[in-house]
Amino acid sequence: MIEQYIPIFLVIATAAVFGAAVVFSSKLFGPQRPNDIKISPYESGKKPVGNTSERISVKYYLVAMLFIIFDIEVIYVYPWAVEFKSLYAQYGIFAFTPMLIFLIVLELGFVYVYMKGGLKWD
Amino acid sequence: MTSIPLEYYLILSAFMFSVGVTGVLIRRNAIVVFMCIELMLNSANLTLVAFSSFLGNPIGQVFVFFVMTVAAAEAAVGLAIIIAIFRNKLSVNIDEINIFKW
Amino acid sequence: MPQSNTEYLQILPFILMGSGIVISVIIEMFYKKSEPVLGWFSVLLFITVGFVSLASINDSAVLFNNMIEVGGKPAIFNFIFTFGAAVMILSSMNYISKYGIYFGEFFIIVQSSVLGMMIMAGAKDLFMIFMGLELMSICFYVLAGLNRKKIQANEASMKYFLLGAFATGFIVYGIALMYGSSGTTSLPYIFENFSSLISNVLFVTGLGLFLIGFSFKIAAFPFHMWVPDVYQGSATTITGLMSTGGKTAAFSVLIIMLSAVFANNAANTFEPYFAGISVLSMLFGSIVAIAQDNLKRMLAYSSIAHAGYMVIGLAAGNQDSVAGIIFYLAAYTFMNLGAFGVLSIIEGKDDTLLDINSYAGLNSKSPILAAFMALFMFALAGIPPMAGFFGKYYVFIAAIKSDLTWLAIIGVLSSVISVYFYLRVVVYMYFKESTVNFSIEKNNTGLLAVVISGILILVFGIIPDTLLNVIISVLNF
Repeated sequence: MIEQYIPIFLVIATAAVFGAAVVFSSKLFGPQRPNDIKISPYESGKKPVGNTSERISVKYYLVAMLFIIFDIEVIYVYPWAVEFKSLYAQYGIFAFTPMLIFLIVLELGFVYVYMKGGLKWD
Repeated sequence: MTSIPLEYYLILSAFMFSVGVTGVLIRRNAIVVFMCIELMLNSANLTLVAFSSFLGNPIGQVFVFFVMTVAAAEAAVGLAIIIAIFRNKLSVNIDEINIFKW
Repeated sequence: MPQSNTEYLQILPFILMGSGIVISVIIEMFYKKSEPVLGWFSVLLFITVGFVSLASINDSAVLFNNMIEVGGKPAIFNFIFTFGAAVMILSSMNYISKYGIYFGEFFIIVQSSVLGMMIMAGAKDLFMIFMGLELMSICFYVLAGLNRKKIQANEASMKYFLLGAFATGFIVYGIALMYGSSGTTSLPYIFENFSSLISNVLFVTGLGLFLIGFSFKIAAFPFHMWVPDVYQGSATTITGLMSTGGKTAAFSVLIIMLSAVFANNAANTFEPYFAGISVLSMLFGSIVAIAQDNLKRMLAYSSIAHAGYMVIGLAAGNQDSVAGIIFYLAAYTFMNLGAFGVLSIIEGKDDTLLDINSYAGLNSKSPILAAFMALFMFALAGIPPMAGFFGKYYVFIAAIKSDLTWLAIIGVLSSVISVYFYLRVVVYMYFKESTVNFSIEKNNTGLLAVVISGILILVFGIIPDTLLNVIISVLNF
């Protein structure tokens, strides 16, 4: 079993050695004359202002939360869509109505969010 | 090409589950605790998918869909709760949240 | 997919409940002052669904490819859930504005949680158990923290969420293992092969994890640590629903999962587990409740103790014990909701007046409230001829039938201990001078809820045999 993985270990080892070699050889052989501008994060840009871990507005959270909910509901539609042809052959219109009801309820939730102002940015 | 035996999946998922349980019990940051809970759910998902493939019936995979959607709903509610508590206390450390005695 | 169109008719309670939720969302969306409308609409909806369920009590059927069961045992559970929720909504109508959660969403979330409980009670497939459980639990997490400005509510809801989700993790992993070892999630199939599956290590592990997860939900002893804080931190009427509806739904699932045992097809492998947690919960709940001065916290510990008494029935594992548990759950639901209803009427702003000292001399302030509170306390203590007594009595008798006399004796001992803290409230109300000065606000719907629960308790206590026979007649193991 484990013998099958030997090529993969070889590739990983090669990649590690090569990566380390590139990084350390430039440190080893290259000239190093740092000055203020050179060691700043953006050598040719603006000076950075403030902290990187700035708090972001909670509004992003609301949008992200709504996105997760509506995004993940789609996984119910996929298997239904893939199987639709055979379902239709077997059940006729009853293959369609359950998904219709599901989507209407989902849409109702979306309209609710909209009416309550959940998508207003200001 | 031989396929990976079922036991490997089960051992991996049991390990993930144990990591999740341990994390819930020892970590103090509410977000990390919540992440550990998600890990527990995902280990269950892995078990379900492995069994589903091993038994050759699709019920397990469908169950994974349900677990995923429920986990998403739970994440939305849980993060909302954590944000509400952060706004009041400016901390999500579950040791500092102790108005009530445990 | 439907086998026939009659299935849609048989599943009417669920369809009514679901469309009720959709209609409530639409009302809340388009109508500015929706709260009173939604409140009365919910009460109407719950009562309708309750009666529609009860009407089908004699024609039980398993629908939609062995997914869900209607009529029979689920009908009784649906009655408990819907009437309990109706009582809870009645006592909430005035209370929620006092507590600061006068939102229309409150009613929608309560409706959704009741739908989740109904799905759990009727489940015939692990899918339905999981979906119903999560629908109920997620609604409860939101309800616990509905007042997001209040730090106690935040904390309660976070504790409830983290521990509830932790329990869900156990349940899902247990379901995964049970699915793997039996090859299906359909419970009728699992029950047929229960006696052979129970010797499979994987299946027993899965069922064990599942039972541990549900022990969290019923608030039994080693998994009880969230109960006091969550019950104290949430709004009083919401606590009432969580302690009754949530517990009843979790017990309904436990009864479903062990129905192969109750039908005498298989040995009760988990009897030591249930006996252990029931002894611990009874003694722990009763003893710690003695030390509590906050009545909400006292009722939380008493709820742990009551979970212990009910688990005796699961340990006994015969048909009588199931009937006993169901009767007990029905009685417990209304006596606890009544007690929390009285608490919610007396409670002042910002969680004040929940202390037992506030109840000193209540008789002179409001004789009717004091009388009902005394009734609920007697019922919870299990003093005959109250409903609570018969609940315990049936469960203990079933335990003795299964040669678990020692368990029944510990149950009786623990009941004797618990009489102390229940009667303490009565003593304060009738024989102590009032020390805290406050006036009780007029709250007609709250009073109505208390009166309804009181009447139901009395009815349960007067004709327990008739009700028990009804329950036994619909048990179809």
